[in-house]
Formats: sequence, structure tokens, C-alpha cells
Amino acid sequence: MTIKEIINKYGNKRENLLQILHDIQNQSLQNYISEENVKTLSEKMKIPVSDIKGTASFYTMYSFVPRGKYLIRVCESPPCYLLGAQTIFKAIENKLGIKEGETTKDGLFTLEGTSCLGICGVAPAMMINDEAYGNLNEKKINEILEQIQEKERK
Amino acid sequence: MVKRNIAQILVSIDGNTVLSGARKIKTQLITELNKQSLSEQIQVIETGSLGPVNKGVVVGIYPTGEMYGNITEKDIAEFIQERFVKGRAYKKLLLAEKLQPGIDLSDNDSRKTQYYGRIVLDNCGRINPENIEEYIGVGGYEALGVVLKEKAPQEVIQIVKNSGLQGRGGAGFPTGLKWSFAAQAKESPKYVICNADEGEPGTFKDRLIMEGDPHKVLEGMAICGYAIGANAGYIYIRGEYQLSIERLEKAIKDAEKLGLLGKNIFDTGFDFQVKIKIGAGSYVCGEETTLLNSMEGFRGTPRFKPPFPAESGFLAKPTNVNNVETFANIAPIILNGAEWFRKFGTENSPGTKVYAVLGHVNRPGVIEVPMGVTLREIIQDYAGGISSGNFKMTQIGGTAGNILSSKFLDVPLDFQSLKGVGYSLGSGAILIMNESVSVIDFIKCCMKFFVHESCGKCTPCREGTSYVYEILDKISLGEGKADDLETLKLLGENMQEASFCPLGQSAPNSLLDTIKLFPEEYSKLFKKNI
Repeated sequence: MTIKEIINKYGNKRENLLQILHDIQNQSLQNYISEENVKTLSEKMKIPVSDIKGTASFYTMYSFVPRGKYLIRVCESPPCYLLGAQTIFKAIENKLGIKEGETTKDGLFTLEGTSCLGICGVAPAMMINDEAYGNLNEKKINEILEQIQEKERK
Repeated sequence: MVKRNIAQILVSIDGNTVLSGARKIKTQLITELNKQSLSEQIQVIETGSLGPVNKGVVVGIYPTGEMYGNITEKDIAEFIQERFVKGRAYKKLLLAEKLQPGIDLSDNDSRKTQYYGRIVLDNCGRINPENIEEYIGVGGYEALGVVLKEKAPQEVIQIVKNSGLQGRGGAGFPTGLKWSFAAQAKESPKYVICNADEGEPGTFKDRLIMEGDPHKVLEGMAICGYAIGANAGYIYIRGEYQLSIERLEKAIKDAEKLGLLGKNIFDTGFDFQVKIKIGAGSYVCGEETTLLNSMEGFRGTPRFKPPFPAESGFLAKPTNVNNVETFANIAPIILNGAEWFRKFGTENSPGTKVYAVLGHVNRPGVIEVPMGVTLREIIQDYAGGISSGNFKMTQIGGTAGNILSSKFLDVPLDFQSLKGVGYSLGSGAILIMNESVSVIDFIKCCMKFFVHESCGKCTPCREGTSYVYEILDKISLGEGKADDLETLKLLGENMQEASFCPLGQSAPNSLLDTIKLFPEEYSKLFKKNI
């Protein structure tokens, strides 16, 4: 969808800004909102670029820099911490060679830490894009990541 | 002729079990029943959470009521054989004899035996949350009908007031009173907002309510709309709750189709439309005025009160904001009356409370218990005891909550009793920890959360959280000195007193509690030569 179509879907009132930003980011293959898109949005919604950026940068789910096609968000909150969230970061680092905040060279994965995902029942947990994964350990993480790599190779 | 529907297998499809492959197991159960020619007699039904978490795929058997967990593909054939052909319990995977585990009904404690029951989660795990007819079948939308046809808005508010229901988001403000403020407001339009931005670490009870019984939340919102004179409702839900969002969207659509939401509900001329707004990853947006800013498309920073939302809320119009669990209490209260509701819980905190019990216990999960149940009862009777080692402490109410040591095990958990010892009930998270947990590492982790989530509006919170984190980090590395504890206390107390919103005010709670309860855990790390 074009920016215009997304705006039309919700209406160009300010209170729809977050939904519109979600949609723009979701349809980008790099999980981000581009400079160009912000400018178009600014013109169409009559909100200054600085204001859009100021608002969006407040929320952790939006990004203005390109991220991996698969965004890995590992929960860092106390319930996951108690059950070994640090080992999850280590396992992903070992597997993909990226640290928190970095993206793999092939542009496939970005690793981020996140606050509670609300799936504490299966801690330690993470989300990859919209998909949640729980009861993680190194073996399981390798399997999950290899599955995605396999899918992308095809 | 074969008998139809002699039993039902309820497969729990919720955020936790889906991760263990619940959808696949459900399909395989159906295939296996077909193979054994049992599909006529035994139905497989999708349902919300049955309670236990961390037990893989969980199913319940109706009407006998036993519950099985950790079901995998290779168990299915044997499970069906044993349970339905031979007709005996499948011991290998049996979790509990009854659907709600843990409570011993032979107990003489009258409060437990007489009034034990579920209000909020009553339908969770009993009906298919994606089927509106099942909700109607258990009395759903009846309360809305009664209200619209037989009661004046004032009467509805009076019933909620009489019930003594207090906000289940954590603060415990009387719900009926809150509604009356919004009802008195002159301006229009008015809005009803359901706060489903459940971000408190360790809390996921609202998610299970929305996943397990979405219509109950919608019905509560519509009743509130009628009571305060609003025709529009919004559910502000966090972006991570995919399954909840899908189920709510479907529920709204289904209800509109049957004329239970939307225009001219029950032909009474009352309109009530519900829309969903999705958050974007910010903990502070769970605070009521911050939520309003976020809903309007701005940064999530709190607003000054007054004016309160009842007077000037969403788009500066009168607005009533309640938590998911609060709304889920409304229809049962209307149907059964305020007196009935008051039979649950305690004099000053009537009703039940839904908790997410986590950490070092044998049976972590979501439970609904009467207000006033003690922590000891929750650990022993409901959560199956400590899983390894000895009890050390519990964090109640999430990261913003308080730390209870063993001396608090017998304090009744309700708004009033906890206030009496200087604590608050909070969001419904109960994180139980054994002695293996290092107090300082745990508190450091909590504080890191607040450093990240502080919105930056006010100095005590923005700077305080960072300072506190730095000092904790220093102590944990063995670089601390004796007066650091005094500095931490001073910073913490200042944050409690001077922060703009509840985030900063509550961020140091657990820190200050542990300094009081476990000072030696800090001092043993101090640099030896000072």
C-alpha cells in the first residue's frame, strides 16, 4: 500500500498516527520507517517531520534505521532474567555473531533486548517479528534460527 | 445408535500453549478420534487458558474435569486409548484431578469452601472464546440486556458502587465512584477505555482474560458506556498481544453482527461501538493519562491531574478508563447482584483477584482466588509449593511492586491489609524466589527496566533511576561503600515523593524494601578495606 492508502484506511487525524506508523513499518521489508516515508507522511498529515520523529522515537517498536528482516526481541525483564535470559543473548550471539542492537551482514537478523513480553509463563522468552518463542535454551534457539535461515535460502 | 457427545476434550489455546504446539496437537487429537471411530462421541473444543503454564500443551476433559499436560504427538494414540476406550485416567500426563487445581474443598475454612469460585475466569477454559454463541449459552450479554431494558444508568452505577468493586489495574480505586464522576460530566461525546496495556513484568492475567473470554470484557465496557452515557469504546492493547488482538477483533465483529454491539443494541436505541488501538512498546502508557496521550498519537508522557480523565480525557472529552479485569467483573455483578459479589473476598476488598504466579514454584500459572488469601496459601495450596530450595522472597505486583520476605507470608492479600503494612497489591504478578536469587542482581535487573521505561518528563524519575542503577552496579562489582546504602535510600525516597507519575513513584519500592529486609545482602558486597 502507498502511504496515502494507509492514511485513508485510518483517517488523517493525529490520533491515528501510531497505527499508521505500525502499518508503514510492517510493510517495509527492513522493519523500519524511511526518511522518505516520514516526509510523505508529514505532508499528508500536516504534522512536522520533527514531531513525527519525536513521537515515534519515544516508542521502542519503531525504528528509523533499517533492521533485519527478522527482528529478534529477547525479554530482559525480571521473570525471564531469573530463568536465564542472559544465556539466551549469549546463544544468539554465538550463533549469529551479532550483539544487542546489531544486524547480521546478510540483513536477515537484528538482535534487540525488550521489556516484558507478557509470556512469562514460558520464560525465558523472545519474539521474532510477530511470532513468540518460550522455554528457550541454546539448542532450541539454534533450531529456530536454522529453520529461518533454511527458509530464506530457498 | 452411537451416543453423541459423551465427553469433550478442551484444548487450551493461549499464548503459552500455542508455543508448545497446541494447535497441531488439537488437529492430531481430531485425526486420532476419527481413526478410532470416536469422533461422534467425543468433541475437541478450543478454549482459553486452563491455568497451568510451563506444562506444554494442556487439555481438560469435560465433564469429569481432570487435566493433562505436556501432551506430545507420540502420546496421542495411547492417551485416547487409555482415557476413552479403556475409560481410566491417563496417569502419565495427569496434572490434576480437577480443572482448577490446588484447592482442597474438604478444608474447613468456610471462606474457602463456601465462596470459592471464579468470577472473572469462570468461562476461561470452559467455552470456545471464538464462538459468541457459546458465550451467550452461558448467560453472556444477558447482563447488558437487563441493564438496557430494566435499569436506569444511575441504578447501574449504584449496583457497582454497592458491590465494592475496586479497580483491578493495581491502584484499587472504587469503580462505581469512578463511573459516577464520568456520568456527572456534562460534555459529550464521552468515551469508555479499556486499559489492556499490560506491561508490568510478570503480569499476563489480562492477556489470558482477553484470550479466554473476550466477550466478557466487551460486555463490561458496553454496560459502562450505558451507565456513564458513552457511545464509543476503545481498547488500548499492547502490540505484542497478537492472539488477544485477533480474538477481540473477531469478538467485536460477531457481537456487531448479532446486534449486541454497534447501533441500536437490543432495539433500545442505545449505540455502543468498540475499536481497538494498538500500542507501540512503552510501559509507562499503562498509566491512565499517559495512555490517553498515546491514544491521541503523541509521546507517552503523563498529564497533570486535575483535570481528571472523567472530566477531560481522550480528546479532552469525559473519559472513563478501567483495567481489563475490572470490566470482566461487571456482567457477573449485574447478573448476580452486589450482595453476591460481596460474599467473595473480604469486607473492605470484596471479590476475587486474578494472579499470575511465577518463579520457583511447582505449579506456576494463572489463578483466581478470593481477596484476602495469604501468600502462604497461594504458594502451598495453589502453586504446589516451592520447586527447589527454601523460600526467600516474593515480588508482588510486578517490578513496580513490593518485596515480601517470609515474615509477610500470612498477611491477607487484599488492598486494605497490604496498605496496613505499607504495601500495595499492584497488578497481580506474584514472583516467588528461592534462596538461590541474589537480591542485588535481581534489584539491578528491575532498575534497568525502569531506566529504560522512564519517559523522561520529570527529573526525579529520569535521573533517579539511572543514578540508582549506577550505584547498584558499583556495589555488585564489589566497589560499593557503606554510605552507598544511605544514598540509595535518599534517592529512592525522593523518587517516591517527587516523581510526576506512578512510574517514578513506585520504581524504588522493591529497592527500598530489600534494603530494609536484606541489608546484609548489600553490605557483604562492600569493599572490604573501607
